[in-house]
Amino acid sequence: MNTLQLPILIIIAFLFGALLIPLLGYFARRLGYITALIATALSLFFSISGLMHVLSEGRISYHLAGWMPPFGIELILDPLSAFMCVLITGITFVVLIFSGRMVEHETPDKTISYYTLTMLLLAGLCGMVLTGDLFNLYVFLEIAALAGYALVAIGDKRAPVAAFRYLTLGTVGAAFYLLGVAFIFISTGSLNMGDVFKVLPLLEDSRAVIVGLTLIVLGIGLKMALFPMHAWMPDAYAYASSAATALLAPIGTKVAAYVLFRVMFYMVDPDFLRHDLHIAQIVGYLGAIGVLWGSILAICQKELKLMLAYSSVAQVGYIAVGIGLASPLGFIGAILHALNHACMKACLFFVSGSLRFKVGHSSITDMNNSLRKTMPWTSAAFVLAAISMIGLPPTAGFFSKWYLALGAIEQSNWIFLGVLLVSTLLNAAYFFKVIERMYLKPQPRVAAPSEEPSEDPVQELTDTTHVNRNEAPASILLPTLTLSLSLLVLGLANAWIVTHLILPMIPDWL
Amino acid sequence: MNEIVTYTSPIPLLAVLVSLAAVPLIYASSNRPNLREFWTLAAAFIKFPLVLSLLPDAFAGRVAEWTMLEISPGIALQFRADSMGLFFALVASGLWILTCFYSIGYVRGANEKKQTRYFASFAVCLSATIGIAFSANLLTFLIFYEILSIATYPLVIHKEDREAMRSGRQYLTYALTAGVVLIAAIGLTYHLAGTMDFKAGGLLAGLDLDANTAKVLFMLFLAGVGVKAGIMPLQSWLPAAMVAPTPVSALLHAVAVVKSGVFGVIRVVGFVFGPELMHTAGLHLILATFAGVTILLASLIALKQDDLKARLAYSTVGHLSYIILGVALITPEGFTGGLLHLSNHATTKIALFFCAGAIYVNLHKTKISQLDGIGRVMPWTMAAFTVGAMGLSGIPPINAFVSKWFLCRGALQADQMIILGIFIVSGLLNAAYFFPIVHRAFFRKGGSDLDHHGEASPLMVVPICIVAALSILLGLQPNLLFNFFDLASGITESIFYPASTLVGLGGTP
Repeated sequence: MNTLQLPILIIIAFLFGALLIPLLGYFARRLGYITALIATALSLFFSISGLMHVLSEGRISYHLAGWMPPFGIELILDPLSAFMCVLITGITFVVLIFSGRMVEHETPDKTISYYTLTMLLLAGLCGMVLTGDLFNLYVFLEIAALAGYALVAIGDKRAPVAAFRYLTLGTVGAAFYLLGVAFIFISTGSLNMGDVFKVLPLLEDSRAVIVGLTLIVLGIGLKMALFPMHAWMPDAYAYASSAATALLAPIGTKVAAYVLFRVMFYMVDPDFLRHDLHIAQIVGYLGAIGVLWGSILAICQKELKLMLAYSSVAQVGYIAVGIGLASPLGFIGAILHALNHACMKACLFFVSGSLRFKVGHSSITDMNNSLRKTMPWTSAAFVLAAISMIGLPPTAGFFSKWYLALGAIEQSNWIFLGVLLVSTLLNAAYFFKVIERMYLKPQPRVAAPSEEPSEDPVQELTDTTHVNRNEAPASILLPTLTLSLSLLVLGLANAWIVTHLILPMIPDWL
Repeated sequence: MNEIVTYTSPIPLLAVLVSLAAVPLIYASSNRPNLREFWTLAAAFIKFPLVLSLLPDAFAGRVAEWTMLEISPGIALQFRADSMGLFFALVASGLWILTCFYSIGYVRGANEKKQTRYFASFAVCLSATIGIAFSANLLTFLIFYEILSIATYPLVIHKEDREAMRSGRQYLTYALTAGVVLIAAIGLTYHLAGTMDFKAGGLLAGLDLDANTAKVLFMLFLAGVGVKAGIMPLQSWLPAAMVAPTPVSALLHAVAVVKSGVFGVIRVVGFVFGPELMHTAGLHLILATFAGVTILLASLIALKQDDLKARLAYSTVGHLSYIILGVALITPEGFTGGLLHLSNHATTKIALFFCAGAIYVNLHKTKISQLDGIGRVMPWTMAAFTVGAMGLSGIPPINAFVSKWFLCRGALQADQMIILGIFIVSGLLNAAYFFPIVHRAFFRKGGSDLDHHGEASPLMVVPICIVAALSILLGLQPNLLFNFFDLASGITESIFYPASTLVGLGGTP
């Protein structure tokens, strides 16, 4: 295999999947599922071999259709983009295994559209990660976004409304981005990021450049659900089907965050951003507010999926704080948190999906301690993921906070440090609220009237105190457990990840 | 003690892991109580000898060390069985054996629910405690400190009623806030010193910190470890946590968990800041003020508690601060006294809690006002209680007298008459809140409800008698078991005279 073709192969696998699924699915619905799995597995394989190649031999630059950059479109596989591709495709693979039963259960008539849209979404997201061209990024962004809107719309009754809101705001974000790119193009005459990077230092006083960069950051910030532009996210995640949420929540916002990384640290001189434009700081402080705001709103939620969605607003804030620090430690913390949060959130949304699958709802107020009897493994997975979200060692979540906290201390930024630490407590507040109900809240006692015979249905309800095990099926449970255990592994292996994967991607000038 | 040499040995790691390894076995045998309890006992009986086997090397100045993996670039998850850690690990793992037997008697006698979860959480707690004891650096310490916080939660909410859940929430709030503050403190230390390894004499010692930075850092550390150590005003979770079953109160809330906090204070004072920096930045005065106020207030509050466990809990709060006050004196004698009090308070207070549990299981009494005449029904239990009460009031020949003696000498050495006064007054207060119980038990006539009741099950009474006997024996001959006294003075020596670890060490300083 020609390793130089890897960047395009990652995207093409998904695109072919998207084409094949409706065709094959016409004959048998099952085939659509299998095709999606194969396409993702292939892409995962390409991503991993790409990552290994990049780490040993350096970046790969792929010229689409042989046109030389900066005129042609360039796909770049460097440590950062390869890492993100592995993350996206890896998580997607696990989510797809989980989706098998879930989609059949929740939206049985829309399985084919679910898998097709998934493939399109992934093609778009991987394209956004790989491309080195600003306009091409917009194209992929729209592919991913349109697929995302449609995925959200496959959900319960309120999903179309949430999807429409997502669409409106998402389009505004994309438009901002496009406008920003136009300004940059007018000023620099190039759309290639590497090229722009070389030209920009000469144009730093230009108003057009400043406006362009601001617009780009605004647009991407909206896509990333950066406070205060997060309004579309909670509803979209809460009312989409469980499988769609499990797919969108872990990776959707991460890719937008990645674009912000690309633009801020690889396209613009970070010193310029830091000292003259202060965009990095603004992003950081918005993230910090988002961390607190998202956590506080998450405490108020009564529905598990909504709570998790608001918690995502907070978690994206961590990544923004890492960007705001604009230092190696902040970079490490942000990237590590993107990885950790993807695993944690996927795991938690798996749990909420499993609950809907078996119990029929995921409302926090209706939970009680029968769950620890009926679904002991799912509950245990939730506890482990929650501990990681709170950020207690030795789980993965602790370490991303650790690097961010070290970064904040290094710059004597006590506000960021305070926010990081306070948010730990806020996270604990909403996760322990759920854990307490899952494990401790007594089941409602339905008093059986004494004169009723024991065969009465009411009596059966009382008997649920001795509920039998009713665990989610293996294809749902195993991905959940795998991800929750991976949190321990990621936590213990974080030093390896940082030194071998993240340190090589930090640009020299940072 | 000769020059300190470290050598690689997996024993510290094994000592940490052995009770963790018992957890899956405990869960797997949840339907067969005898087998399940066997795993607990097996873990306890393996753990203690493992810790013990490190002791001769520690006396010879050889420190076992095991680096597990790099947990953050440049910082390893590392265990080191230095004499300080060994001292604490010996106390915790030794008393665990007795608590195991006692627990079995207690949970079966009281018919507790969720016994599997109980034993499993207990085992995790012990792993975390030994992990804290053997941590070689601050990050490892933090990791096990947080694990301990979480693992204790299921034990606090064990009863699963409203009160237990409220206490559980309170406990978590305190413990997690402390953890968060500790993260900030450790991060700041790392930033300032560039290292996290505990070092006898202080890792910040040679850094030339200005006094204000040192004060802020010290306050952060104090808030972080002080919650578990029950320093006022951070103590209120501890009396609330007494809703847990009594063996938990006995081992965890009198020894393992709270002493992890105290151990943390000792690590911070002796191994992070070091005596010299404590002095020059005036940190010892801050620490002494908090500890002194805690001792007096806690003793006064204990006086008016009618609930037996609540009175013991406030007494624990007071005695934890004895240790801290001893450390805060920054004199060798005071430091030795504090260390000795760490082990001596452990044996005496665990005896008292064991007695409270035996009384509850046997007679279902929890209030002190109900204890009239029980000395006749439960003579062994109440005799042990008397031994513990005498010890904590500072009456020879019980072991806590020895440590109080050293604490007082330390106060004299530091020329701190106020602190000496605190020790003496609180000794009297101790007597004032313990002896009425003894008086009721032996010299008042009990009600008719005491008829047909005898001693609690031997599974409980025998451990009670053993801890009481230990308290007496260690009082008569502090070096009798494992040379505790020499170990303590060796630790003091290493902290106060880091250079002199090269010179031979002859008994007391």
